Amino acid sequence: MPRQESIGDKVDWFTILIYMVLTLFGWLIIYSASSGGDEVSIFDANINSGRQFRWMIASAVMAFSIILIEGRFFVTLSYVFYVLILLFVLSVFVIGTEVKGQSNWIRFGGFQMQPSELAKFGASLGLAKYLSGLGVDIRKWSDKWKAFAVIGTPMLIVAAQGDAGSAMVFLAFSLVLFRDGLESYFLIVGTIVAVLAVLALVVNKYYLIASLLAVSLFVIYFSWKNKRVVVTALVLWVVAAGFVLSVDYGFSKLKRHQQDRINVLLGKEVEKDRDWNIKQSIIAIGSGGLIGKGYLNGTQTKLKFVPEQSTDFIFSSVGEEFGFLGSIVLIALFVALFFRLLYLAERQRSKYSRIYGYCVVSVLFFHFLINIGMAIGVAPVVGIPLPFISYGGSSLLAFTLLLFVFLRLDTQRYETMR
Amino acid sequence: MSGKDLFKNRYQVLRIIILLFASIFLIRLFYLQIIDTKYDALAKNNAIKEVDVYPTRGLVYDRNGELIIYNEPLYDLMVTPRAVKDADTLKLCELLGFTPEQFQKKWLDMQRQKGYSTRKPNVFVKQISQKDYSRLQEFMHLFPGFYGQIRSVRKYPHRVAATILGDIGEVDEKQIAASESYYKPGDYVGKSGIEKVYEKELGGIRGKKYVYVDVLGREVGSFNDGEFDTTAIAGDNVITTLDILLQEYGEKLMQNKKGSIVAIEPSTGEILALVSSPGYDPNLLCGAIRGKNFKALREDTLLPLYSRPTLATYPPGSAFKPIVGLIALQEGVQGIDYTVPCSGVYFFAGLQLHCSHHHPSATNIMYALQQSCNPYFWQTFRNTIENRKYKDIHDIYTKWQHYCNEFGLGVKTGVDLPSEGRGNIPSTTYFDKMYGKTGWHSSNIISLGIGQGEVLVTPLQMANIFACIANKGYWVTPHIVKEITDPVTGKNVTHPYEKHTVSINAEWFEPTVEGLFQVVEAGTARSARVEGITMCGKTGTAQNPHGDNHSMFAGFAPRDNPKIAIAVVVENGGYGSTYAAPIASLMVEKYLNDSISTRRLPMQEKMFNDNLLRKYGVSINKSATLSPGGDE
Repeated sequence: MPRQESIGDKVDWFTILIYMVLTLFGWLIIYSASSGGDEVSIFDANINSGRQFRWMIASAVMAFSIILIEGRFFVTLSYVFYVLILLFVLSVFVIGTEVKGQSNWIRFGGFQMQPSELAKFGASLGLAKYLSGLGVDIRKWSDKWKAFAVIGTPMLIVAAQGDAGSAMVFLAFSLVLFRDGLESYFLIVGTIVAVLAVLALVVNKYYLIASLLAVSLFVIYFSWKNKRVVVTALVLWVVAAGFVLSVDYGFSKLKRHQQDRINVLLGKEVEKDRDWNIKQSIIAIGSGGLIGKGYLNGTQTKLKFVPEQSTDFIFSSVGEEFGFLGSIVLIALFVALFFRLLYLAERQRSKYSRIYGYCVVSVLFFHFLINIGMAIGVAPVVGIPLPFISYGGSSLLAFTLLLFVFLRLDTQRYETMR
Repeated sequence: MSGKDLFKNRYQVLRIIILLFASIFLIRLFYLQIIDTKYDALAKNNAIKEVDVYPTRGLVYDRNGELIIYNEPLYDLMVTPRAVKDADTLKLCELLGFTPEQFQKKWLDMQRQKGYSTRKPNVFVKQISQKDYSRLQEFMHLFPGFYGQIRSVRKYPHRVAATILGDIGEVDEKQIAASESYYKPGDYVGKSGIEKVYEKELGGIRGKKYVYVDVLGREVGSFNDGEFDTTAIAGDNVITTLDILLQEYGEKLMQNKKGSIVAIEPSTGEILALVSSPGYDPNLLCGAIRGKNFKALREDTLLPLYSRPTLATYPPGSAFKPIVGLIALQEGVQGIDYTVPCSGVYFFAGLQLHCSHHHPSATNIMYALQQSCNPYFWQTFRNTIENRKYKDIHDIYTKWQHYCNEFGLGVKTGVDLPSEGRGNIPSTTYFDKMYGKTGWHSSNIISLGIGQGEVLVTPLQMANIFACIANKGYWVTPHIVKEITDPVTGKNVTHPYEKHTVSINAEWFEPTVEGLFQVVEAGTARSARVEGITMCGKTGTAQNPHGDNHSMFAGFAPRDNPKIAIAVVVENGGYGSTYAAPIASLMVEKYLNDSISTRRLPMQEKMFNDNLLRKYGVSINKSATLSPGGDE
């Protein structure tokens, strides 16, 4: 009889290695960003790196525990977790405290944490559970709506708490739906909508509507005989025009700082100082050059020119101190992690595990996309952390939980999980 | 099965999406970090600030080592608006002596300043005295975002000699351009007086340091351990020729009178006192109160900002007669014992000119000077101008003018003060224009012989010609600054001042000096006589078409080895003997004897107290309403 494989043999060490490298790298960057050039120990609990170290220990303990827990525990109790987490997030409305303008923090004892970080985990469990259900087909509209509801409910709650960034993260689950068979036209329509939305904000809306009319008239001219095409072209034009106008209206209803963030990104003039954060971040990264200024030698970041240095804008420290080469390495590490996770997801026998795996990749990828994109000025300023790198106990614990549950499921990939 | 294929495909699509975005990031990073090199400079700009290190401005002393200008530390209250958190503004108002409304207004004013930034320190309140600041400093911890920055202002402990010492103010565009942008907007430079003339020496050389600043503009350390820093070089100290106590005394004698006193040490050209009256307290133009006071002084009808000793010009009148005599003697047109009968009236070219008073006919130049005989000097001037030795009147007059210029008349003396008038000795061109090339004769210009007509001199020039007579034939460029000392090395720099020798033989000065001695001993300036001092001088009464005549006196003392040459002008003071001569004698007595003899104290009192302001159409004590600010 072959020796019973131990859990340590089955767990994917490659992913764990990347996880550890990223977390350690993040810790060092946090130290650089928070020490301000003073002679402080990296373990000093008065600075972010010292506190992060405790969170790293806590995460390690949690990761280890998760690996020991039977995977079916999560699968079976998915909906229970989903509901409990929703309730936890909702509790913020009752016992939440406001930190930096966002009222989505909960304080207990000496800690404060953001339940919204946990919401992504809850949504992943819920979505995996629902989509892996017998007879559920995302191509059916009735099932689509239910899937949207599973994703949309936590998203709306988080958005209602004023954390637009974390709410946006739920859009990442559309990748999961896509992988699970959502029709391709969703992707196409989604892209068109996005392009129209950007155009509506950049171009004069009346010119835009006129141009769209020109396009539809062009189509009508060439398909004059085909009544269906003519009608469709006209209806689409009306819908597009309505969309452009509503984007314009919606934009005017946004809060001032949200408008500014979008305007900065679109390269439009904003009031002096409004684009400060993003400018400083780009200066920091740009001044890093090929090899960077060296660890702990960043001037922009050390002198606090870049705000939210150890959290949302941590990538600017990487860019400044480690330069282009360092940035490539970090991005490569993330890409490697995503590819590995995609590979792991694809090798799952059970649908639940595969979908859950896709949830993990999608969430991590979305954070990666927005966080680094923001720091280098190609994505709007949305305050969400860079997974495993940014300072913050809630996010590190939540990402660790999200990832290690999948790694645990992966150890049981030959079993039927439902 | 097609479904399976589709799944495989979508896995690939997701991998492509990931790679696509990663590539976008890499391209963007490649552009930011490798292609576009501006960010390095931007980062340096951001984090490394070039800070000017201002040198301390040089100190100014009088000839006896008395400190007359020094620097007093003051503080600007700076604020970085972003760093202001829960500041107790009410307490701050109380400490600054502001009402909340004033505070609000100050804040708005600050926001309108050029270069205002919420992230950088801005000047909130300018120039807080050390006393006020120390009180404020105690509570500074209550006002995060606020801090004090040390500055300094000039202080003038003696409160006199304002126009000579000058003042400093913010540099203007012209000066910035002239300095090839060494100066920057907001820098302080000398605006008048020796502060202006000796700006280069007093100002020192600005240093530079490179520091890291954080996002709120706070210095957090030096860049490369100060490798690129340059230290500021302190301004040189300046030792002036002034006797500040004599200056003070002179200003007191001149109070409530318009006019000037110039006292020069003849052998060196050192200016001992240079009184411009009415004066003002130079501290009025220091620090935050400068703008307001400058405006008030500029609008004062008595023109306190006008440097009368160097700019105001007067017909010298009788004080010019010694020069006329000296030129005639040198030209050999007459001897010492030349006699002009004086019956009180002088007939010439159909004119009847009157002598100012009756006296026995002058049988020599000494007596003519003593009696200030107009006919004598008309005749003397005529003799000079009608000299047959020369081709024509142009020739002679040009020569005569040249003599005058040698005495420093009609030209600038070259004093080291920013503005100096040249007075007027008319040229042949002037008369040619007036009368035609061949149309003028001695009769047309005869009034020059008694210092009237077109002749104009500044009080400084007047003192200077008497210094020249005292020296029997030369004068040294009058000057205010004696030595310039480097405060660090202690090295002294003394500029040699030019010695000007007039082309008049020493033998002709002796009778002139004798005549001037007799003027004081027994002539028109007896009121200037001081027991025990051999004073020589000449009164003058400059005709003033606008009112009472100007009272003038010029002279020197002692007769042998002269120590002081002096000129006094009291506008609308009447005869020279009324005010100018007594004031000059008091100055001389004070300087030579250090005190005024008891017998002459009533005269001193009278000079202190006489008030001529009504003559200038000004209500008494008007200028006394300007009081210096500060914490005295």
